[in-house]
Amino acid sequence: MARSTSKDAQDLFRALWSAYSATPTNLKIIDLYVMYAVFTALIQVVYMALVGSFPFNSFLSGVLSCVGTAVLAVCLRIQVNKENKEFKDLAPERAFADFVLCNLVLHLVIMNFLG
Amino acid sequence: MALLSITFFVTIVFDECINTSDDGTFYFDEKLVGGHEHQGSISTTSSVVRGVFAFAAVTSGKINLPGDKILGLAKFFLGIGIPGDAKDLFNQIESLALLESNRQVVFQEQHIVVKISIPLILSLPASVYSLSNKDQLKVRVNTVLGSAAPPLTVKLVRAFSTVAKDSAVIQNKDLKYDQNSGHHVLDVLPDKVDVGIYVFVFEMVLHDADGEKVYATGGQIHVPIYVTGIVKVSNAEIAVLDNDLGSIETQKTLDLAGNDIVSLSANHLQKFRFSFQLTTPRGHAFMPHQAFLKLKHETKYEHIFVVGNAGKKFEIVLDFLGLVEKFYYLSGRYDIELTVGDAVMENSFLRPLGHLELDLPEAPTSKAPRLPPLAVDPYTRYGPKAEITHLFRTPEKRPPTQLSLIFLSLTLLPLIGFLVGLLRLGVNLRNFPSSAAPATYAILFHLGIAAVLVLYVLFWLKLDLFTTLKTTALLGVFLLFVGHRILSHLATASAKLKSA
Repeated sequence: MARSTSKDAQDLFRALWSAYSATPTNLKIIDLYVMYAVFTALIQVVYMALVGSFPFNSFLSGVLSCVGTAVLAVCLRIQVNKENKEFKDLAPERAFADFVLCNLVLHLVIMNFLG
Repeated sequence: MALLSITFFVTIVFDECINTSDDGTFYFDEKLVGGHEHQGSISTTSSVVRGVFAFAAVTSGKINLPGDKILGLAKFFLGIGIPGDAKDLFNQIESLALLESNRQVVFQEQHIVVKISIPLILSLPASVYSLSNKDQLKVRVNTVLGSAAPPLTVKLVRAFSTVAKDSAVIQNKDLKYDQNSGHHVLDVLPDKVDVGIYVFVFEMVLHDADGEKVYATGGQIHVPIYVTGIVKVSNAEIAVLDNDLGSIETQKTLDLAGNDIVSLSANHLQKFRFSFQLTTPRGHAFMPHQAFLKLKHETKYEHIFVVGNAGKKFEIVLDFLGLVEKFYYLSGRYDIELTVGDAVMENSFLRPLGHLELDLPEAPTSKAPRLPPLAVDPYTRYGPKAEITHLFRTPEKRPPTQLSLIFLSLTLLPLIGFLVGLLRLGVNLRNFPSSAAPATYAILFHLGIAAVLVLYVLFWLKLDLFTTLKTTALLGVFLLFVGHRILSHLATASAKLKSA
């Protein structure tokens, strides 16, 4: 029973991985960017857990910048994905321009809040 | 004719324009705007005096100036003290010199023609007479600058006490003239004169009958005189009485002339009685201006009581039952002090009488008595206060620098992972436009984004929000323009690729 469960898990994992490899490269780039942002946020949370949240505003701005940019990247991915029927008419360059603009505004707010 | 009209004019001036003040001085005043109070009147009055005397020197007739006005002018110049201004001092002395001399008296055919009277001033070297020293009343009569007066007698018309203005204690006495000292002396005050404040009324009677025209004496002159003496304090008794019944618990007699003190004790149910007698040198009852009894606690809280009197006897009764609250429920040792004082009493005293051990009940806790603040030593009141050392807010504990730096490098790890991942995915720049115009736009686009990010770093480091916003707006406009160009170029390129 245990062996089959673990073998099932491995099979599942392999199936997922092969399915994922089929995605277009640009989507993979965006996925990678999201992973990067999330990891950076995690490291900041670990740091705060260690040393305490004294300049709380700094901690918040750091974490929120990572989370915010991750969210914007996810939005970009949705809009750029060709399999997504809702955004068929939206040019990916336009989505990218939105992504850049929103990131700039986010980072302005973040820098102000960083203190 | 001209002289007559000038004479008339002088009379008018003296009648209409002269000012009187309460103490009988006459003076002239400027009515100019902005003139000083007294300085203007000195120079104006002295100008008038100078003018009148100059006129009198050239005229032959009599000038109708009443003697009391001349005397008033003399009193004005004598009464202003020493003026601060040199010009006023000169005016004062010159006017007094004019009033002093008798150049205005001319002998014409053995008649004396007086043009302006010479004022005579009556003064007393001292206005306080001590009965115990057996002083003599001395009076001087001089001209304004101190020269000798003509032969005259000073008469004491009457003397009365300020409290009994109608009855005179002395009437119609003549003062004897002492050749050596130049004073008119009253030998001895009669026995009726006791200690107190009196008004003596003097009058000068000239020996020469014609002198009345020459000299201005001023009629009756009122002078306040203080007669002092030693007031006898006697029959001082202190007693502690039991309440209601008035039975005496302790009683002691005290010799207030000596130095002995008493020591008593009492509780709140008892009364304290103190009495004494005051007698004047002539044996009458004496009412001093101040008669106080002071009780001072060891904590420096004081209570002052006025000692009332009935005739000669002064008595005060302190009922401690009613005074418990006034004394702030403080039990303990109270020092007793008696103060008796008056201006005409030569032996005014402040004498400690002794101690009183007072036993008062405890203060009720519900109504705790608020002790008023004690008088502060004046030297410490305005001295420097205690220095306050300010405790600054202790800064929060920060983590050690190394830990922070380690985590900073740890934060950069995912970035490296991202870049590695990008390389593994086979990221390339194949779609970078090669032709000139789009290439520049592409480069500008990237530079623009980099510039905005650099601006953000500067903003964090030192800029403020407003300059940042301004610059961001400018860069943003630029970036929008450039970005639009390159992205639309890319979009058309990929559309062409799709359609092709």
